[in-house]
Amino acid sequence: MVAIALLSEFGADTADEIELSGAWKLSQLSELPIGTIGVVESLDLPGEIQHHLMHMGFVPEARVVVVRRAPAGDPTVYSIDGFEVALRRDTAKAIRVREYEQTNTR
Amino acid sequence: MSDCCTTATIDVPIEPRVPGKIRTVALVGPPNSGKSTLFNRLTGLRQKVANYPGVTVEQRVGRLNGIGRSDLTLIDLPGIYGLDRYSEDARVAVEVLQGEMPGTPAPDAILLVLDSLQLRRQLMLAAPVLALGLPTLLLLNMSDLMEARGGRVDTLALAQELGVPVAKISAARGVGLDAVTHFLNRKAEPVEAPAPGRIELPVMGNPRSYRQWAHGVSSRTKYKAPISSEWTRRIDGVLLHKFWGPLIFLAVVFAVFQVVFSIGQPLSDGFGAVLNGAGDAVGRLMGSGWLESLLIDGVWRGVASVLVFLPQILLLFLFIGVLEDSGYLARAALIADRVMRSIGLNGKAFIPLLSAYACAVPAIMATRTIENKRVRFATILVAPFMTCSARLPIYMLMIAAFIPNKPLLGDLFGLRAAVMLSLYLLGFVAALATARLLKSSILKASSAPFILELPQYRLPTVRSLSLRLMDRGRVFLRQAGTVILAVTLVLWVLSHFPAHVALGESLIGRVGHLIEPVIRPLGFNWKIGIGLLTSVMAREVIVGTLGTLYGADPATQSLGLQAALRHDLTLGGAMALVVFFAFALQCTSTLAIVRRETNSWKWPALQFVYMGVLAYLAALATNQAILHFVR
Repeated sequence: MVAIALLSEFGADTADEIELSGAWKLSQLSELPIGTIGVVESLDLPGEIQHHLMHMGFVPEARVVVVRRAPAGDPTVYSIDGFEVALRRDTAKAIRVREYEQTNTR
Repeated sequence: MSDCCTTATIDVPIEPRVPGKIRTVALVGPPNSGKSTLFNRLTGLRQKVANYPGVTVEQRVGRLNGIGRSDLTLIDLPGIYGLDRYSEDARVAVEVLQGEMPGTPAPDAILLVLDSLQLRRQLMLAAPVLALGLPTLLLLNMSDLMEARGGRVDTLALAQELGVPVAKISAARGVGLDAVTHFLNRKAEPVEAPAPGRIELPVMGNPRSYRQWAHGVSSRTKYKAPISSEWTRRIDGVLLHKFWGPLIFLAVVFAVFQVVFSIGQPLSDGFGAVLNGAGDAVGRLMGSGWLESLLIDGVWRGVASVLVFLPQILLLFLFIGVLEDSGYLARAALIADRVMRSIGLNGKAFIPLLSAYACAVPAIMATRTIENKRVRFATILVAPFMTCSARLPIYMLMIAAFIPNKPLLGDLFGLRAAVMLSLYLLGFVAALATARLLKSSILKASSAPFILELPQYRLPTVRSLSLRLMDRGRVFLRQAGTVILAVTLVLWVLSHFPAHVALGESLIGRVGHLIEPVIRPLGFNWKIGIGLLTSVMAREVIVGTLGTLYGADPATQSLGLQAALRHDLTLGGAMALVVFFAFALQCTSTLAIVRRETNSWKWPALQFVYMGVLAYLAALATNQAILHFVR
């Protein structure tokens, strides 16, 4: 829960300002565990949904925090630009992210 | 119906656009920015609601009465994230803003509303809107909440950065609206020097550059987002908990249901008794005659049959309103999504479908919270299968008349209860099967994605709840009322001509006799046939019609009618009748509302035929099965 702890310290909006350093690996947003931060790399979804998501802030270089999963395990709630949005696994799968591995010292 | 035709008919004259003179103002903002609340404030609730031509996007237009400018027209655009025509809503917004929408005047000025709680993200919409070059006022809504929670923004710097005036407002509390008056008065002067200075806008059409720009602007204007999501997250920790979440969800659902049935039903019944009593009293004063019959039996009874739904509908909308305004509705959708997905719908369809157990009309109106059009239409098509309260009178009459009160599982659960429960299940199964059918047809094309914003929790305000109730009540009365009135009049004429004959000999009686061969295999006679015809208006009407036809004494009507029915119908016919009612769309109010919500007669017609055919086949099967297998 490192990311959540970091966030509560600065308010949810600061995910963007936290200096991230450490190792990165590419994965699907749906694969990230709760409490981690991913940096959006690319989206591969049909036109309208892709557009909708990009206007909601899912653009390359945006930072996404995995907040929690619904009681049934899906959809998952993500935090981006200071608000929360739930996406189904199918949708989150199509969002490639750089996963930040928690080796940072902050 | 004056305001729901395929071509929008709005009482706004299309005036030539005079440079520098404001006649029409457009209200632009992202979804959940408080735009509707502001619109209600500015227009003082005097507004016209219609659909844009050819689409299901709702158009709200009103005069700016709320700030004393009844000479100016305000157009509320659909909530949008950008102007790239990525969806039907966005396409409509762009066409209106560019003056290309037929029947809608081109706006002379723009009020851009953004939620100051999430300004950084919402600023992304400002770029394309400012690029339109129209006089614009930026309104930072919910700024009272932002400041109370420790957020801040330098509005002066923001105004300089964007080259347009900026005002902090609170639409919910009506604070800061004089900025709108000021802006419009100033802009309404004929000559206005163009805004000086250089404004840097991002590359158009690229969400990524919008976002970078928006973040740049918000940091240069010292925007600090409020620290508030902490307690929202804490509440979510409980309400979305793996174990407690679903439990609380079920408790909420059960509580809503319990209240709607235990308070709403008696309220509706009582209201109906008052309405009918009033009709009878006026009827006695008028004396008897065809005019009295037309006005009381025709018009008044028809109107009353619509009005009785009102208490239940308003109560249901009060609950939906509280759930939605508090932010819980989104959480409920999140919890229900997994189950709803298995039938091709999504979590947002759950509450509407649940409401349909009380009445399909508010359920269909509540589908507006479902953004995905296909899922919304599928929900609308499925909802009337849920066993609504208008089906109960005929169910109870037939069960009391034909099913012996035999205990099955002790005294609590008898044969009658079992039949009633099977009827509920029958509707539910039909709804599931229909949803499945839709999943492999209209829902097939895209595996409808589900993007659900989780707003922060907040207390619903009395004002916004009452505005919503008035709005919903008005829509229901106008849409259902007009269609019901027409159907009532037609039915009255059919049942009263030729004059001075019994119902069986009237025009509608003849039609009843005419269709008897068709419904005979279902175990129905011509009297039931007439009942099926009159109950096209509303399901419960059949009980009254059968009462009239069997000439039951009003004092002992229920028992007398039961005896008469037992004498005249077989068990197969009686059960076929309730099965028919479980499936058939015998409800003009529902048809009228579906027509309004889908902006086309195609969908209600399809639904009526589909449910009618299903009802006929199921009733046929029921009657034949009972004939052959039950001794």
